[in-house]
Amino acid sequence: MRVSLKQSPESAGPSPETPCRPWARRTVDVHEWNDVVRRIASGGADLVSLWSDGDAVFLACAEPGEKALRLLSLPCPEGRFPSVARLHPPALRLERTICDLYGLESDGLPDRRRWLDHGRWGVRHPLGDAAPLDTPRDDYKFLPAEGAPLHQIPVGPVHAGIIEPGHFRFSANGEIVVRLEERFGYVHKGIDALMRGAAIDDAARIAARVSGDSTAAYSLAFAQAVEAALGVEPPPRAIWLRALIAELERLANHFGDIGAICNDAAFSLMLAQCGVIRERLLRASASCFGHRLMMDRIVPGGVTHDLSDENAASLRALLEWIRLMTPRLISLFGDTTSLQDRTVGTGFLSAELARQYACGGFIGRASGRAFDARRSIGYAPYDALSFELGASTDGDVDARVWVRFDEVRASMTIIEQILDRLPHGAIRVDAAAAGAPREGVALVEGFRGDIFVWLRIGADGAILRAHLRDPSWFQWPLLEAAIKGNIVADFPLCNKSFNCSYSGHDL
Amino acid sequence: MRKFIFQGLVRGALTEPPPLPDDAMLAELGRALETRARDKLGRSLAIRAVDAGSCNGCELEIHALGNAYYDLERFGLRFVASPRHADVLMVTGPVTKNMREALERTYNATPDPKWVVAVGDCACTGGVFAGSYACEGAVSAVVPVDLHIPGCPPDPAALLKGLIALVETAR
Repeated sequence: MRVSLKQSPESAGPSPETPCRPWARRTVDVHEWNDVVRRIASGGADLVSLWSDGDAVFLACAEPGEKALRLLSLPCPEGRFPSVARLHPPALRLERTICDLYGLESDGLPDRRRWLDHGRWGVRHPLGDAAPLDTPRDDYKFLPAEGAPLHQIPVGPVHAGIIEPGHFRFSANGEIVVRLEERFGYVHKGIDALMRGAAIDDAARIAARVSGDSTAAYSLAFAQAVEAALGVEPPPRAIWLRALIAELERLANHFGDIGAICNDAAFSLMLAQCGVIRERLLRASASCFGHRLMMDRIVPGGVTHDLSDENAASLRALLEWIRLMTPRLISLFGDTTSLQDRTVGTGFLSAELARQYACGGFIGRASGRAFDARRSIGYAPYDALSFELGASTDGDVDARVWVRFDEVRASMTIIEQILDRLPHGAIRVDAAAAGAPREGVALVEGFRGDIFVWLRIGADGAILRAHLRDPSWFQWPLLEAAIKGNIVADFPLCNKSFNCSYSGHDL
Repeated sequence: MRKFIFQGLVRGALTEPPPLPDDAMLAELGRALETRARDKLGRSLAIRAVDAGSCNGCELEIHALGNAYYDLERFGLRFVASPRHADVLMVTGPVTKNMREALERTYNATPDPKWVVAVGDCACTGGVFAGSYACEGAVSAVVPVDLHIPGCPPDPAALLKGLIALVETAR
């Protein structure tokens, strides 16, 4: 009997490579996959994200000093793949999520508990071969902490303040926390599934609502990925206005954070002062771009609102006032010894852990990791701007506040340069369908760290698959480490100084 | 620190005059209140915020209610830590399936008479997350809702209008 070795591309084997931009993706075999994973685990490269489209697992990593990301995919025709987390713990939650959503088996996965799936969706593996649910709800076994004097403190998902839902399980010896275990997934909204088949404009609105405080950054990352996939170049003025919008968002969030951290140390004067600055920034955003949080203002192809000369002038005046206020707030923070008593030495995160987890944003920068997508990747217009990033190696709550002050200064410098050099012209072009499936990738610096977006667009212009990775994925596990040895009462301070996203993580 | 306190004394308040209650909201609330014991509440309201799956955008604007410009507490409105202390549940988000039980338990823990305010487009209709396998949709699909405040997110003025309407009608 003759067996034909020729197969049509659709029937079996890896599908023909879909072009991926701006960085190429390579389909690899298990050996090469494991080589790259070992390189990441030994500290030779940073894990940027790990995800799946149901047929393959995908991995993005960053080589030190390179401005490009490396993208790999490993087809999983048998529905299984070699665990990344078994060699590299930062991949653990991402990998558990792949198993929850797609039903792919991970060989050697060190923690087989479900992560986002609480057994309440009515189905298992909603994005894979959806299977009916066998139990009304899952039992979740927390990791043990044993010893006679230890007690457990369960907190959440509904908290005492106005914050997002998540569960924290403290094991404490008296006041000292010996172990914190987080349990998330309460805010899981099925964003990957909602993206499938969505038109680009609808998908952009969903992307803008992954994490409300980073709505501009998510819109920017999504837009850049779409434009990369479709080969669309937004007009120069739009690129500069996007950076302006992103920096206004960053400023508002940093002031909100600085005030809220101090408030958690019962120093409400700082909250009141920072709250005034934040409110004035939000009002300026509303008058310039028609929305206080600037939601849906950055879209594939450009931006929706132009900046008038009057608004540019009032932004300058606002910046001048913030420049006057910031040194006062800095001395209020640095000179109030009762506040320093709470923040110095509290919630220490080691440089080694920050590096291993490729921790982005102010948390990484306060623990000696200098990565910032605006500089390390260098997308426009930041490659044409000069600004100084904050840095520290102290790794405590205090350092995370100082780094935020540094970033406030950097953002103001950036906004001033944008207002000085804003090019004239159109603010939007059409992002038309490409006629064949395309993939696009983007890495954008949100206020809390680097946001990664990968998406595949079909020939008709609809989204086939999308993956959005919040910086919190690599920051939340570090909070568990940073709280160890601190007193329970300092948890709010540690938590607020990290300010990780629940919604962005749970997706 | 002294400088800040002194400045606060001489500068005068940043707080703005309260916005007028919106007519449509008042009408909706009026209908809901007909079946309630409206004389049981005084003019002060204790609010318990519950995030049942929002993107955190609504929370940011609820937070803004406490800043110097809006100063929520002057209307007798304050946020409390426990549903046992609350008259009003302010619920945001498209109620994820993973949060449904937590929301129901918070609702049941709130003593009668109580009001539920659905804040934001997601809480009103499910918003962009409607139809997801992981979401229930509007808050009213899980607990009875007395007042809807739409917006994505509603700005602090819209939140204040809704809440003032609640207090005025609850007299």
